[in-house]
Amino acid sequence: MKDFATLFSRIDETTKTSVKTAALAEYFRTAPDTDRMWTIALFTGRRPKRSITATRLRAWAAEVAALPDWLFEESYGVVGDLAETIALVLPDPQDTSDASLTHWITYIRDLSMLDDHARKAGILRAWNSLPATERFLFTKLLTGGFRIGVSAKLIVRALAQATGQPEPELTHKLMGNWTPDTTTWDRLIVADDPGADLSRPYPFYLAYQLDGFDDLGDPADWTAERKWDGIRGQLIIRGGAHHLWSRGEELMTDRFPELAQLRDYLPDGTVIDGEILAFADERPLPFNALQKRIGRKSVPKKLLTEAPAILMAYDLLEHGGADIRDQPLALRRAHLETLTTQAPATAPIRLSSVLPFATWDDLSAARDQSRDLNAEGLMLKRRDSPYLAGRKRGDWWKWKIDPLTVDAVMIYAQAGHGRRANLFTDYTFAVRDGDDLVPFTKAYSGLTDAEFREVTAWVRKNTLQKFGPVRQVPPVHVFEIAFEGIQPSPRHKSGLALRFPRMLRWRRDKPVAEANTLGDLRAMLDNYG
Amino acid sequence: MTDILTFTDRGIYCPAGGFYIDPWRPVDRALITHAHSDHARPGMGAYLATTGTAPVMRHRLGDIRLDTIRFGEPRQIGGARVSFHPAGHVPGSAQIRVEVAGQVWVASGDYKTVPDGLSEPFEPIRCHAFITECTFGLPVFKWTPQDVLARQINDWWAANAAAGRTSILGAYALGKAQRVLAAVDPAIGPILTHGAIENTNEVLRAQGITLPDTIRVTRDTVPKDQPGALVLATPSALGTTWAQRFGPASTAFASGWMALRGVRRRRAADRGFIVSDHADWDGLNDAIRATGATRVFTTHGYTNSFQRWLTDQGYDAHVVSTDYQGETLDLVAEDAA
Ligand SMILES: [Zn+2]
Ligand SMILES: [Zn+2]
Repeated sequence: MKDFATLFSRIDETTKTSVKTAALAEYFRTAPDTDRMWTIALFTGRRPKRSITATRLRAWAAEVAALPDWLFEESYGVVGDLAETIALVLPDPQDTSDASLTHWITYIRDLSMLDDHARKAGILRAWNSLPATERFLFTKLLTGGFRIGVSAKLIVRALAQATGQPEPELTHKLMGNWTPDTTTWDRLIVADDPGADLSRPYPFYLAYQLDGFDDLGDPADWTAERKWDGIRGQLIIRGGAHHLWSRGEELMTDRFPELAQLRDYLPDGTVIDGEILAFADERPLPFNALQKRIGRKSVPKKLLTEAPAILMAYDLLEHGGADIRDQPLALRRAHLETLTTQAPATAPIRLSSVLPFATWDDLSAARDQSRDLNAEGLMLKRRDSPYLAGRKRGDWWKWKIDPLTVDAVMIYAQAGHGRRANLFTDYTFAVRDGDDLVPFTKAYSGLTDAEFREVTAWVRKNTLQKFGPVRQVPPVHVFEIAFEGIQPSPRHKSGLALRFPRMLRWRRDKPVAEANTLGDLRAMLDNYG
Repeated sequence: MTDILTFTDRGIYCPAGGFYIDPWRPVDRALITHAHSDHARPGMGAYLATTGTAPVMRHRLGDIRLDTIRFGEPRQIGGARVSFHPAGHVPGSAQIRVEVAGQVWVASGDYKTVPDGLSEPFEPIRCHAFITECTFGLPVFKWTPQDVLARQINDWWAANAAAGRTSILGAYALGKAQRVLAAVDPAIGPILTHGAIENTNEVLRAQGITLPDTIRVTRDTVPKDQPGALVLATPSALGTTWAQRFGPASTAFASGWMALRGVRRRRAADRGFIVSDHADWDGLNDAIRATGATRVFTTHGYTNSFQRWLTDQGYDAHVVSTDYQGETLDLVAEDAA
C-alpha cells in the first residue's frame, strides 16, 4: 500500500492537473498489475462493497484512541471526513506492513465474511500496522466512498501517457462492467480488443451548448433533431444478449424490461445511441413520468403501463458487429433508418426524426416548439461528422431552450417555514471548482412533497455539522437548478448571483463529479449576465 | 480561598498586584506573555515583558513604557510575587507565574511543548491553577516531528528548484517564518523574504538569534536573478500581485490547520505544511498534567470541548472567554448560509 499512498499524497499535494497526471502515469508504469487494476477500478467508481457500518467504525476507533464518543463526534464535525478523523485520532501503529493495495482490498472483502468479533479484530490489526496516510486510505476503502479528486478522465489521460495509446481508445476500454476480478491489465489495457467484453459500451459523444451560428458555415451541411428530455442510453445487442447503459456508465438493462424485445428485431452486432423516453400516443410523456422509473431496480406492472419506455434512436455505432463510429453521420443514419423501419410499429423503438430547415431562422422557430413537445431543445450535427468520444466542440451542438440550468450539489439544508417547518426545504447549492465546492445559490422550491420528505429523512441521518438551524450535509446529491438570469455579485464567494433560482429536479442519475463547475457559471455570466 | 487571578472584561487581573496579564483594553499596568498582536496590544500605561519579547514589542507598538524581566527572575508587585518562564511559543514568549500567600497560578499565554530550535523550550511550572490555551484542543491535532517537517519542506523546495520553479511559502511574520528559516537547508538556494517578515528577522538577529542569510524583497528585486529561491511571504501576500512577480511557482502554507485535509484543500495552495506555534493535543494534555494543577481554565480555541474533556479527566475545569485569537483560519463556518 506504500506505493499507492505515495501516489495519493502526490495527487493530493498539488492543485495542478499536469502533476497529478504525471504521478498517476508513473504509477501505471511501475506498479504491479493487480494494484494498477485496482487503482483504475477505484477511480472509475468500481470500489469494493461497503462491508462495515460507519457507526461500528466510529465506536471502534474511539475505543482504540481511548476517547469518549462525544469527543470523537466533535472531532469528526471539525474534520468532516470519517476516515480522516479515524486516521488522525488513532495512536501511532506498533506494527508495520509491506502488503500491497490488492492485499488490503482482499483483506477488506474477506472481513465481510467474518462475524462481528473477528471483523473488529481484523480492522484493529490493520489500523495498528498502517502509518497515517495508508491508514486513511484503508479506512476510506472500508467506508466505501473513494472520492479524492481524481476523475475517470484524468485516469485515461495518465494511462495514455503511460501506455502510449490514444485517449479515446482507452476511454472505450475502461467502459463496461469489468472489475479487477473479471479481467487483467493485459486483457483490459494492453490487448487491442475493446470488443472482448460483449457488454462493453462505446464512450458517449456529448455536445456543447451552441454559442452562435457564425462558425457553422452552410446550413446545408447540418442536420437538426430534437433533443429529447429523457435518459441518454446506449443499447447493445451482441451474442444474443442485450445491455442498456446510461451515460453515467450505469447498467439499466433490468430497469427497462420492455426493451428486451428489441433483441428479436435488431440483428446481433448492433449498438444504438438514443434516448430512453416514457412514451405514449406517439409522443414523449413529461420527464416526471420517466423519473418514477429511475432508481427502481424492478418495475411494477402498473408503472409499465403508465410510463412505457421506448428507445428514441439517434445514432448507430456498431453495425453487423463492426465499429462504424468513424463513418460519416449521414451513412450511419441511413443504416439506422433501415434497422428501425424493419422493426414493427409496436416495437419500443423510434427513429429520431430530422427537422427540415433551409435557414437558421427556420430552426429557431422549431426550437420554440420544444417545450410543447417535451423536448429540451435541438441538436445540430454536421452531416459528415464521425461519432467522437466525450464532449467535443465543432461537429455537434446542442441548442437548449431556456431557462438556464445548472446541475449543483446540495451542501447545506435548512428547515422551511410554516407548513414546511418540519421539513428541510431550503438548500444551499454548490458548483465544483477543481476539487472544491463553491456555494453559489439557495433554492427552496421545485420538489414534490414526497421528495422533500425523502431529502429530510436523509438530512437527519447525514448531518455533518449544525450551524444553528443550518445543517451541513455530505455533498452527494445533485439537483438541477433552473433560473431566469445571472449577474455578477462581489458579495458572494462565487462572484455571481442568480435570479429566481429553483430546483427543476433531483438528478439521482448524476454523480457529484458530473455537477457543473464554477467555470460553467462564469461562462453563463459572460453569455447572459 | 480567594482566586488570586480573576477574569474581567479587560483581561486577566491580579487584585493583589494591581496588574493585568495580556489585557485587550487599556489598563495602567500590563504584564505581557509575548509579542503577538492579540496578546500585546497598544494603549497600556506600563508594560512588563521578557528581554526577548521587548524588542519586537517596541518594533510593533512604538514608543511605549516598557520594563523588562529575565526568565526566572522573581519580582514583587504589590502583594504578588511574579516570574516569567519559557512558553516555547515564539522567541521570548513566557508563561507568567503569580504567587500570592502560598497560592500559585500560571497564565500560559500561548505555548508549545515541542522544542523548535529557536524559542526557549517550554518549562512546566508547578501550580494550583493553570490558565491554558486550547487552539488545537482536539485529538485530531498531532504535530509532525520537527525533523520530518524539515525534510518535507526541504524536499519540496529542492524539487521546485530542480524544476525551475520558485517556492513561495506563506507563514506568519513572527514565529512561524523564523521556525521555517531555522528548519530549511540554505544550501538549496537563496532565501527571499517579504518585508514584514524581514523586519521581524532584523529585530531577532539584533537580539543575537541566529538565522540563515535572507534577502529582502523590494521593488527592485529581480526574480530572474534568484533561480530556485525560497520566498517567505506573509499569508496575506499569497496569491497577490506581490507573489505573482516570481513567475512559475509552487505555493505552500504553514499552519497547524494544515493537519486537516479539507482545510489544506480549501486554501488553494499546492502544499500545506503542519507547522504550529501552539501545543497539539498531546502537548496540551502533557503540559497540564506536568503543572500538577487541579484547577484549569481554558481560553482561545476549542474551549468547551476541552473543558468537558478535562472535567472527564477529574480536573476542576472552566471556560474563560477572552479576546485572544490563537491561530486563526476561517475553518468551516464560512458560507454557512
Ligand atoms: Zn501567540
Ligand atoms: Zn494567543
